[in-house]
Amino acid sequence: MPRSIKKGPYVDDHLLMKAQEAQEKGERKAIKTWSRRSMIIPDFVGLTFAVHNGQKFVPVYVTENMVGHKLGEFAPTRTFYEHSRQQTTRVRTH
Amino acid sequence: MARIAGVDLPRKKRVDIALTYIYGVGHSRAEEIVERAGIDGSTDVKDMTEGEIRSLRQTIDENYTVEGDLRRQVQRNIKRLKDLGCYRGIRHRKGLPVRGQRTRTNARTRKGPSSSTVRKRRS
Repeated sequence: MPRSIKKGPYVDDHLLMKAQEAQEKGERKAIKTWSRRSMIIPDFVGLTFAVHNGQKFVPVYVTENMVGHKLGEFAPTRTFYEHSRQQTTRVRTH
Repeated sequence: MARIAGVDLPRKKRVDIALTYIYGVGHSRAEEIVERAGIDGSTDVKDMTEGEIRSLRQTIDENYTVEGDLRRQVQRNIKRLKDLGCYRGIRHRKGLPVRGQRTRTNARTRKGPSSSTVRKRRS
């Protein structure tokens, strides 16, 4: 179930303040943040965030399309591992 | 011959059932369409008059996205996610389940046929 529209988008206060400050001064450096849960609101467009993924900060440049998504969606927390398929088959054929 | 929304021409069935052969029309939508067009859903397709077919076609054209347009719309939505580079987009790109299902086992619909180690060794 999605969040109630009545409540409006969720953005952590500390992040909102920093973002507004950066917008006023003309965005320069990436804003370091752990707040993956914060929604990207239209005011954030053009800013760069350094979103923590549990290990390091992933740079995320916010474009217009990203509005409505959460910051965490752009900083993957897992590395996916899979057995390499075709190489093993070739080794075994002869 | 009832040809509605492009290529679909199911015959010999009730109109409300026949409409579900169109991509983007299921049971509830078929009932809706029939009602809006003012047609009894239980008549067979072959027994429909030209006028009835025309009014069906018109209601679908005006109110619903079906077939090619709908497919394109879905693909566009997926492409948007892919280009965005968000989590869901990445899952689409890699052909893995998008909605948080497990991938340790199962997930065969997205991943395709399994390549078991037994089969590899035999070849």
